Amino acid sequence: MSLATRIIACLDVDNGRVVKGVNFTDLVDAGDPVEMATLYGSEGIDELTFLDISASATNRETTYEVVARTAEQVFIPLTVGGGVRTVEDVDRLLRAGADKVSVNTAAIARPDLISEISDRFGNQVLVLSVDARRARTPSGFEVTTHGGRTSTGLDALSWIEDATQRGIGEVLLNSMDADGTRAGYDIGMISRIREISSLPLIASGGAGSLEDFAAAIEAGADALLAASVFHFGIHRITDVKKYLSEHGYPVRMSSSV
Amino acid sequence: MVLTSDPKVAREATGLVVPGVGAFAACMDGLRNVGAPEIIAARYADERPTLGICIGMQILFFDSDENGLHQGVGIWKSSVRKLEAPILPHMGWNSVEPASGSTLFHGVEDESFYFVHSYAARDVASGLGTYATHGQRFLAAVEDGSLSATQFHPEKSGRAGLALIKNWSKSL
Repeated sequence: MSLATRIIACLDVDNGRVVKGVNFTDLVDAGDPVEMATLYGSEGIDELTFLDISASATNRETTYEVVARTAEQVFIPLTVGGGVRTVEDVDRLLRAGADKVSVNTAAIARPDLISEISDRFGNQVLVLSVDARRARTPSGFEVTTHGGRTSTGLDALSWIEDATQRGIGEVLLNSMDADGTRAGYDIGMISRIREISSLPLIASGGAGSLEDFAAAIEAGADALLAASVFHFGIHRITDVKKYLSEHGYPVRMSSSV
Repeated sequence: MVLTSDPKVAREATGLVVPGVGAFAACMDGLRNVGAPEIIAARYADERPTLGICIGMQILFFDSDENGLHQGVGIWKSSVRKLEAPILPHMGWNSVEPASGSTLFHGVEDESFYFVHSYAARDVASGLGTYATHGQRFLAAVEDGSLSATQFHPEKSGRAGLALIKNWSKSL
């Protein structure tokens, strides 16, 4: 056996509620992140990501509570991203029960944040979240912010190489072109980043069919993140894993204990 | 269960867990500040149960080459070295080859566990070694009398991990 390809579910959380496309019939409260995390956990998800889209400080307090409640009930890795700006933010999230944090906009604005976090907590806690789209930068992929609406002019490959030098443990590669389309991951972008990075690589954006998951692994992804296909029940986590397993990809099948 | 830096409590507890996230040298500095290397060694000598997790396992070895060469507690004489693998850190769920006669892996022999690390020990001279492979074969767990350790995180390994922790606590 070898290391299993991780299947990751991402939940957008605002003021303690899951927002953006949740359509479950078998949940009492489909907007409760803890209940959704528990359901995904029981279905065999390998890892969970909360993206905190809260705008206000009061809402952020709620996020810490959600993280703490989840960590008490779901014993799998939990990554929290969104609004991480300082070492103190990371400290609070880790103390609340997060295992990893992801940085995006704040690290672009002030790259020293990366080494500040990794010097204190180690590279393994830090995920670099890159919202990239096809553009006329040297590699053909540009880093954006604000959900793809704002250009940074930064080349995605150079940014990942720079951040790797500064100290990250993993790359979360979100395709802004594919995001929400369910037309498949951006395979070209995944393989291009795989060529230059020896860090674990999470593919994100565009998951639609079961074949899409396999294609991203072929392109070099170590982990596959999806949101709406799980939230809307288009695929159950067990279906994705069964498909991948039948096609020869190592996945963690549901625990028998 | 208590979280403690009190040497007396740690020395006399029925079972002691040494968890850890972070770099080897920083972790050893923290442990030395509270006299933990002596406590771990004394508990090992008196056969009092101790469980090291992740970096809490690595520090039980002689040394590590993480950011320079640093000495560990040295209960086990082998070394912790960077893994030779195409993708590092080794991050995710991996299967193990449990040692025969293992207490920790009883009933979860075929399960996967969650790993996050770039360094590992390759072998141990005393006790039972459980192995995993990422790029190369390395020690995923050791059970040496009262001293046990896992390179993976049982507390993050779902039901299989909880079963392993239960196996350890039942043995106290």
